[in-house]
Amino acid sequence: MAPLLIILGIIVVLVIWLIGIYNSLVKLRNQVKNAWSQIDVQLKRRHDLIPNLIETVKGYMKHEKETLENITAYRSQAMEASSVGEKAKAEGLLGGALGQLQVAVEAYPDLKANQNFLSLQEELTSTENKISFSRQNYNDQVLFYNNKIQMFPSNIVANMFSFSEEEFFELEDPSEKAVPKVEF
Amino acid sequence: MWELIRANQRKSLVLFVLMGIGLALLGAAISYFLNPAGMGLDGVVIALLIWIVMALFSYYRGAKILLSASKAKKVTPDVHPQLFNIVEEMKIASGMEYMPEIYIMNEEAPNAFAAGRSPKHAVVAVTAGLLARLNRDELQGVIAHEIAHIHNRDIRFMTLAGVMLGSIVLISQIFLRGMLYTGGGARYRSSNSNSGQGQAIMMIVALLLAILVPIFAGMLYYSISRKREYLADATGVRFSRYPEGLASALEKISGTKIEMKSSNDVTAPMYISLPFSKKKKAAGLYSTHPPIEERIKILRAMQGVGYQSYDKAFSEVSGKKSHIIPGSGLAETDDPGVRKAFDDSADKRSVKRESGDIMMAVNHYQFINCECGLRIKVPPEYKKKSISCPRCGTAHTL
Repeated sequence: MAPLLIILGIIVVLVIWLIGIYNSLVKLRNQVKNAWSQIDVQLKRRHDLIPNLIETVKGYMKHEKETLENITAYRSQAMEASSVGEKAKAEGLLGGALGQLQVAVEAYPDLKANQNFLSLQEELTSTENKISFSRQNYNDQVLFYNNKIQMFPSNIVANMFSFSEEEFFELEDPSEKAVPKVEF
Repeated sequence: MWELIRANQRKSLVLFVLMGIGLALLGAAISYFLNPAGMGLDGVVIALLIWIVMALFSYYRGAKILLSASKAKKVTPDVHPQLFNIVEEMKIASGMEYMPEIYIMNEEAPNAFAAGRSPKHAVVAVTAGLLARLNRDELQGVIAHEIAHIHNRDIRFMTLAGVMLGSIVLISQIFLRGMLYTGGGARYRSSNSNSGQGQAIMMIVALLLAILVPIFAGMLYYSISRKREYLADATGVRFSRYPEGLASALEKISGTKIEMKSSNDVTAPMYISLPFSKKKKAAGLYSTHPPIEERIKILRAMQGVGYQSYDKAFSEVSGKKSHIIPGSGLAETDDPGVRKAFDDSADKRSVKRESGDIMMAVNHYQFINCECGLRIKVPPEYKKKSISCPRCGTAHTL
């Protein structure tokens, strides 16, 4: 009788432990999803701002046709992207082009005095900030979640219920990548 | 980051228990002195009751009282889009679920505070003078500091601890004044010489407690308050990833010698910097805020934006070996690095006019930009459908 009880006790403890780990994995995965939806909201906001921005600056910026065309092209690329990796790549390019535009604006004092442009610029700056802060938050959550999946003993539970690792959202800024390689 | 909140809560609990013991001791000694037969228990009950009633009141009504005392007005995003954007940015950076309510105070002095018992009921209030003086990065630094207070659960704690300190001061004041008035509780003096001696000893004990407990409780409270300010700076920088923003904002705030019209000793600990310049109270054991120059120096000495680099900068500037950041915060090793400064070629409009404009927007004035360059400000009382420009005469429809 006694050995049976002990075995039963061990099983009960194991099941409770399993449930605990399973629930914490679900919680972490939901936090990742939630963080991702926050980035998504901001990316959509950026896409919505662009047509308005182009419309406003078009009349002033005669010499930046290429930059403006790039922005429009990258925007549609970014809107079509589906996976986290694809999105990150397209959004990185879009961010870079928008950065170029911000720099180019300095040469157009008329534009900088335009009230409409100023409020658009504030919106754009804020959206860029929100993207970067929510990206930070998302990557933190992914790190927690992936760590949990890889580490023992939670990796056993993760394998049993097929929890898979999530992708980091790394925006590639082309200007940062253009560092020349030094070879000896 | 969650570990840090937990460490904060543990420390708060210890402080609460210590202050609570002080409060109970005070109540016990006074009541035992007044009525030795009661063993002092009724005093403990009365003292704790006073605290609970006051605490409940300030817990649920505190933010409202603070806001109405500072004559703050709740605003919508169109009044100051940038302020709303920045608050939302910091909300995202902190990972909090709820967006705080935003209030603007009609004050020329640059200052800000956060209130509310939980992140769900949080409020951020800034003065018009602050909005007029700071550029985007500086404003972000200040908002980050306030959001950090909400995130670290400082407000609830400081409110409840402040009320406890208030109760202690109140009880000891009543007792000390009563002693002066009655000349030492003569009513209860026993004819028995033995118990008379016991009563004399109790009187001295009660007197000592009535004098000492408020002093120690105050020192405890103020030291925790200063620590929380440093911590809010550290957490805020972790959010905004730009120490110079807060540093230069604090510099501007401390450089302004305007005092706030509507603030007092009770509301003072809530602000980002002391709202009035009390020279003798400005530093030392009895200040709710650390010296602002030191806060600026620490921020400027930071190498990165993480807790570790704040802690290192703190040790360098203050010369203290002890850590300002709890161990769990220091365990966080990743440091995202300082972000780029926002290029803010702000127009050099007069601060006074700017803060006046902000208050007009708060009070629902309408702004119309006329072709002649004049900005017409239409008060909400103006009921007609159109207005003509006072300079060039162009008619504008409202």
